[in-house]
Amino acid sequence: MRYLPLTDTDRTEMLRVIGAPSIDALFADVPEEARLTGPIHGLPNHASELAVERHMSALARQNLVAGEVPFFLGCGAYRHHVPASVDHLIQRGEFLTAYTPYQPEIAQGTLQMLFEFQTQVARLLGTDVANASMYDGSTACWEAIVMARRVTRRAKAVLSGGLHPHYVSVATTMAKFTGDDVHASLPELAAEGDIETLIAAIDDDTSCVVVQYPDILGRIADLSELAAACQAKKALLIAVVTEPVALGAIRSPGEMGADIVVGEGQSIGVGLQFGGPYVGLFGCKEKYVRQMPGRLCGETVDAEGKRGFVLTLSTREQHIRREKATSNICTNSGLCALAFSIHMTLLGEKGLRGLAEANHLAASAAADRLAQVPGVELVTPTFFNEFTLKLSREARPIVRELADRRILAGVSLGRLYPGIQALEKGLVVAVTETATAEDVETLATALEEVLA
Amino acid sequence: MTRYFTDEHEWIEVEGDTATVGITDYAQGQLGDIVFVEVPEEGCEVSKGGEAAVVESVKAASDVYAPVSGTVTEGNAALTDDPSLVNSDPEGSGWFFKLTLADTSELDGLMDEAAYKDFVAKL
Amino acid sequence: MNAINQSGWKPEMNAVEGAAPATRTGNRALMLEEALIFEIGTTETTGVDLPETPKGASRLGALARSKPIGLPGLSEPETVRHYTRLSRQNYAIDLGLFPLGSCTMKHNPRLNERMARLPGFADIHPLQPVDTVQGALGVINELAFWLIDLTGMYGVAMSPKAGAHGELCGILCIKAALEARGEGHRKVILVPESAHGTNPATAAFAGFTVENIPATDEGRVDTEALKSRLGPDVAGVMITNPNTCGLFERDLKIISDAVHAAGGYVYCDGANFNAIVGRVRPGDLGVDAMHINLHKTFSTPHGGGGPGSGPVVLSEALAPFGPLPFTARHADGHIQLVEEETVGEDHPHSFGRMTAFHGQMGMFTRALTYILSHGADGLAQVAGDAVLNANYVLRRLEGVLDAPFAKSGPCMHEALFSDEGFPAGFSTLDVAKGLIDEGFHPMTVYFPLVVHGAMLVEPTETESKAALDQFVDALASVADRAKAGDASLKAAPHYAPRRRLDETQAARKPVLVWKEAPLPEAAE
Repeated sequence: MRYLPLTDTDRTEMLRVIGAPSIDALFADVPEEARLTGPIHGLPNHASELAVERHMSALARQNLVAGEVPFFLGCGAYRHHVPASVDHLIQRGEFLTAYTPYQPEIAQGTLQMLFEFQTQVARLLGTDVANASMYDGSTACWEAIVMARRVTRRAKAVLSGGLHPHYVSVATTMAKFTGDDVHASLPELAAEGDIETLIAAIDDDTSCVVVQYPDILGRIADLSELAAACQAKKALLIAVVTEPVALGAIRSPGEMGADIVVGEGQSIGVGLQFGGPYVGLFGCKEKYVRQMPGRLCGETVDAEGKRGFVLTLSTREQHIRREKATSNICTNSGLCALAFSIHMTLLGEKGLRGLAEANHLAASAAADRLAQVPGVELVTPTFFNEFTLKLSREARPIVRELADRRILAGVSLGRLYPGIQALEKGLVVAVTETATAEDVETLATALEEVLA
Repeated sequence: MTRYFTDEHEWIEVEGDTATVGITDYAQGQLGDIVFVEVPEEGCEVSKGGEAAVVESVKAASDVYAPVSGTVTEGNAALTDDPSLVNSDPEGSGWFFKLTLADTSELDGLMDEAAYKDFVAKL
Repeated sequence: MNAINQSGWKPEMNAVEGAAPATRTGNRALMLEEALIFEIGTTETTGVDLPETPKGASRLGALARSKPIGLPGLSEPETVRHYTRLSRQNYAIDLGLFPLGSCTMKHNPRLNERMARLPGFADIHPLQPVDTVQGALGVINELAFWLIDLTGMYGVAMSPKAGAHGELCGILCIKAALEARGEGHRKVILVPESAHGTNPATAAFAGFTVENIPATDEGRVDTEALKSRLGPDVAGVMITNPNTCGLFERDLKIISDAVHAAGGYVYCDGANFNAIVGRVRPGDLGVDAMHINLHKTFSTPHGGGGPGSGPVVLSEALAPFGPLPFTARHADGHIQLVEEETVGEDHPHSFGRMTAFHGQMGMFTRALTYILSHGADGLAQVAGDAVLNANYVLRRLEGVLDAPFAKSGPCMHEALFSDEGFPAGFSTLDVAKGLIDEGFHPMTVYFPLVVHGAMLVEPTETESKAALDQFVDALASVADRAKAGDASLKAAPHYAPRRRLDETQAARKPVLVWKEAPLPEAAE
């Protein structure tokens, strides 16, 4: 058993020191009837690296790998090229096998990285401050809604129809238990989002309005008027960004007046990984910092006056405040935050802007090409790297059919909104720098064939 | 002016039907460096024994209870900028809030300074 | 003789006397200071060369970004150096024993990492058609099967993102089950004093009222006190087993039976499952829900604070209420992903969705790799060695440090000590910082709250006897220095990249993001 250093000689000697006849004797406090007498039923005994690798590889081979086919899926998870050095650096044992930095003198590496991460995130989102990460975008979104309730002491949250349906689902699920009053709606297969409707829905009971930017169909809209309308009613505007690369090309939600900006950081530095682990981004205006959930890293000095970093404002958190904490979150997404931060450092402003431009223009070219396919209509005139097509037939079977041809064509709205007829012809297509012109042509040709 | 103390380590100084509330020197010593104080806003109703303010050190957060019921007339704004006043002058400029007493008979049963000193000595 | 030692190089030993000089750089040989990326990078620098891509027309309209963002970039060599230097300021399991109690800092096998990076797992999208991800669903399904098997439970919710998220999942299952029974009025969750802070935080987040249950003098839940509090307003209890004093809750089955008889449910915090994996099944103790920290018991890396993964095993009573999505294997081998679409027919009582997508896939592949590596015999040995190592530490140190529950019997995976006997002015914190100078990460300090100045040591099974001996000797020596009133301990650590950091300043005037220093004012 390669992970267990003790030898039988060690065990015998240690039992002698302890004064116990056997290891089993150390389990004396476990009631007799609860002790297993033999090995766990059904599980084979230990296996070699080679044997385990064979088993896992066989499972891995049953999946269609995104990088091996024309690939156009987005809707909250995006395939970008991650530089080789990112994965190398996050696998350094000092990062990979460290714990939460509770002893700052020997965790300055993680802490400085978190301070840099917080600053990068705040600047990207356009907020004053940002925390050291949440689990993912969907849970960060719910935490923002709860935070708005604490700040405003109101419980009505108005969710845009353009918010990712999984995020909506998380919020409505949680609200059932917490008593929050969540108003959700469906998106329409239309060029414009629902900003006017949202503005009309804000009243004196509204704690927050939650709007996604770019939204689930890929649309982008100016949030300034919505922010002003929220402010007029003392409600908070929560903006959700599921594709942070977009903020290299379009104005940040903070710049347009959002009070809290949350996001899914996966698309920078973190691979697709079938949905997790990802990294939740959480930024807000400085005046709300004591109501924030999650860990915060702050700058200070050591006893010799040297700059250093510590986890701070911990009295908001569960390990001190217990039932009065702002959230129950403990472990967050430290290593994914590191991957995000390294990738962002490699990009820098110049690289991020270039990457964003490349995504946008490639998506724009792809939209033009796909709109030429008979039976395909481009629904969304303004977008970043993701747009919605309306097909002449239900999109979901077409996506399956194209998958059989080894083309991953996009996300059908039927997958996200099962049973909603008005949306069933919608296909959301994401085009990043990883899609080539040939990939787009392959998709267009295949669509022509299946729609004919 | 009369100063009373609670067994939760708040002090209250009463003048007529108005009073000033803070935490004792003993309490600040137990808490260590105070980093944040949340005081009630003007107009806030507090009830005897109820939570009225929060005081935080780096590793602890404690509720401060109202020694008597009443209406808050002022929270100490100076503590927002400089919470260390609670450490340096807990029973003076580090006061938490002022209030109008609802019922002066609630002062009965609170300790005077000597009784509080005895109380602390036994802790 | 010609050209005698032309270079003049005559090796000699340095004098060892004399004070070490300050260096101009602030570096001390291998201990390298590193500035922030905002101080060394520029917005014009980049470490990536972008690929050629097709170029259509811009469709951003008035939303095109005009203002700079302020994100510095570094070239690749500078980036590698920056983060490599930072990494060297961290302590890690790869460097040495990391005895944080209740955190289970065990070795992270590198096979796990390799498996998680297979493109078939790392490079698949969560919304791909399910026929194209049968292997990924197979991993989730297989891991779920073994987790149920190892715990003796009925079902498992795989999507929770970490332990605290798993706690929330379990508590919401309890709430949903009570509401389905028409007993939504049960609002009280009982939590022992020694619980992790996440327990009361979770219960409160879900709208429950938390009431504390005292511990007995031997460090276990006061069963009688708990029983006497049960009643029609109690929704359930949250118990950690083994508990945070490092003891097995002997009465858990009795407690479970009493809670069930009173109409409540039993949540078990499974943070310490490592002590009993392969030897005791929580399902046999009457538990209704328990989260499993894959990043503790099943060796996925902590990564400096996550990501974690917190699947929740559920009893037959609670399983119908578990969250979406989950997998179901059909007789023909096809694995179905049960999401919103199919939930109506298959799983009508599900309380809903806790997160986007399907959970921490990257952690599932690692945990499954670990379970298969150890197998049934290996996992039982894991628990055995973890408990053996903790008892060895307890017995070797009980004469040096006060061990309040040493007489309560063998400990499980962790040993608890207190600051009893330290002279005035010396605290647990000083011992922790002294241990840093000895080259060890300190144990968990000031937790659990039931012991003053608590020191909770969890060595885990992946430490050798030699490593334990070195740690015990170091901790004993630091404790002796504390007891002797050694003033140098108050200033520890002396040899870490930083001396003690001013947490008061950090909290009073929080600086959470970097800002350019203001330009110096012109002299008047």
